[in-house]
Amino acid sequence: MKKYIKPEARAAICLLLIVLIGALPFYMPNKYFIRVATLCVMYSSLAMSLNLITGFMGQVSLGHAAFLGIGAYTSAILSDRMGWPFLVTMLCAVAVAGAFGVLIGVPSLRLKGSYLAIVTLGFCEVVRLTELNWMSLTRGPLGMTGIARPVIFGYQIKSNRDYYFLSLFLLAVILFLLHNLVNSYIGRAVMAVREDDIAADACGINVRRYKVMVFTVSSALTGMVGAFYAHYMRFIDPSAFNFEQSTSILSMVILGGLGGLPGSILGAVLLTILPEALRDMSNFRMLIYGLVIAVMMIFRPQGILGRTTFLQMLGIQKSYAMSNAEAEKRYLNQTEAKEDS
Amino acid sequence: MFLQQMINGLTIGSFYALVAVGYSMVFSVLELTNFAHMSVFMLGGYIGCTALAGLGVGFPAAAVLAIGGCGAAGILLDRFALMPMRRRGATRVSYLICTIGLSTFIQNFIMLVFGSEAIPFKETFVNGQIRIGNAVVSYMQIGIVALTLVLMALTYVLVYKTPAGMSMRAIAQNPRAAKLMGINTDRIITFTFFTGSALAAVAGLMFGSYYYSVDLQMGFTVGMKTFASAVLGGIGSLPGAVLGGFLIGILEALFAGYISSGFKDAVGFLVLIVVLLIRPSGLMGQKKVNKV
Repeated sequence: MKKYIKPEARAAICLLLIVLIGALPFYMPNKYFIRVATLCVMYSSLAMSLNLITGFMGQVSLGHAAFLGIGAYTSAILSDRMGWPFLVTMLCAVAVAGAFGVLIGVPSLRLKGSYLAIVTLGFCEVVRLTELNWMSLTRGPLGMTGIARPVIFGYQIKSNRDYYFLSLFLLAVILFLLHNLVNSYIGRAVMAVREDDIAADACGINVRRYKVMVFTVSSALTGMVGAFYAHYMRFIDPSAFNFEQSTSILSMVILGGLGGLPGSILGAVLLTILPEALRDMSNFRMLIYGLVIAVMMIFRPQGILGRTTFLQMLGIQKSYAMSNAEAEKRYLNQTEAKEDS
Repeated sequence: MFLQQMINGLTIGSFYALVAVGYSMVFSVLELTNFAHMSVFMLGGYIGCTALAGLGVGFPAAAVLAIGGCGAAGILLDRFALMPMRRRGATRVSYLICTIGLSTFIQNFIMLVFGSEAIPFKETFVNGQIRIGNAVVSYMQIGIVALTLVLMALTYVLVYKTPAGMSMRAIAQNPRAAKLMGINTDRIITFTFFTGSALAAVAGLMFGSYYYSVDLQMGFTVGMKTFASAVLGGIGSLPGAVLGGFLIGILEALFAGYISSGFKDAVGFLVLIVVLLIRPSGLMGQKKVNKV
């Protein structure tokens, strides 16, 4: 933020944005627009929870779609077989996805960088193949159809508008949790681990504990979105939870900016709308999508918003004296010097 | 049965090894996980296939065309995407995402040029088969494994016995010091991309002729296991990549033959995860000491 905008003006803009987002189904009643908006909100939640691992802890996860799938299948199977209500199945999805998060968090104690990235990728493939081959539980490639619409405290969610508000509510929950987590001592410890895990360890931070914690929280939240996904689409099959899905969530995080929550929302919205906007030129759609991501990385590798926080956008918290780009450069020089030594 | 599965495993292991070596070479000079490599492999398959089936040229000519096309793709990839990023001092994560974007780009480029349907291959470079015990070995399988071993030997000579290879290893050890010693690092890195892409092109062509078709899924399915192979052997280690490739190929074939074919794609990853938990640097990778 180079230009100075008065705090009152910022607050007004912010309020206006919230009203605009909240009232979207009323001034844009078109079903298609509401659907795209719901997807934007859903992917914002996913991108933010992945940002916790990749942006705040600095570990690349290429398997986030696996947790989305685990959450979706858990919720769908429980509501289908047991007839449990949405809120209960969603909590189960959170628990199961969180448990798998512990499972992938443990290797992260020993592995870093590309090794961990490939292991998470492998995990995603193993989960997808299990979903594909465990016919009796998941119906394999046929997918699960006719998943019940959610009923929340007696209110039946059915219109697109209802789903939009439900997704917004989930986004608000995740935003609240992550924002507070990142700005607490836990968040600072996690960021210390990102900058230098050995130094963090020397300062008395329990690196193992925070690594596992971050993976668990992130995957549990992703599982929650997965439950929403299952009951929103009402049809799930393993192809929705593949490597491509993982990379598209990761692209959103990085396009928006690693280590900043507002960036993830912006990245998710942009990358959800881009393929939709290019729908007319269907053949060139993914070609342009790939090119946009590559070009973006070449010219602005720190993402659009970098590490900007919500408080900085509101002007409550001052921006760092260093711009993100400078910080990045300095960090790189440091690491290079370290490698040389 | 066992012998037959071993032979099948060695054949598919050859593809993994060839692609993994290129991937490992790029990793050792740039510390970059090059996701575009699997699309380059696919590009090789498509160019080679259309040359064989459409233009009616022989196998060597098809190989030359595929190598030319993929090599050019590798050079363009480095010159127009990764070199500018190096100049700006980008982080590893942004490299990674950039190559994922480029991979999507190449894949869709292939779809636009060659169409989205699988292209069947009719011709193969050798026909006939021999019997060893109760296993049937086609000449093609022998040819694939032999060609792979020859290419591996050539790559070994290139990396360990030539001045260009020495520069590559110098960059792998320390890019800055290599530059100070008068090595044109950008040129060597581009050359590394070319070599890796050329190997992937040959692998793509052989893959296409082995399965009698090329389709848009081949890049992904092979690419995934190539990553697993390279990491299993220890990223950056060439013998490791070859070992990892053959190991995963053989394991996959044995698993498909004896247990279940549905999970055969998962077995490589399961082994990978277990091995990495015991040996975090892979089978032949050098253990890095964390310096403060």
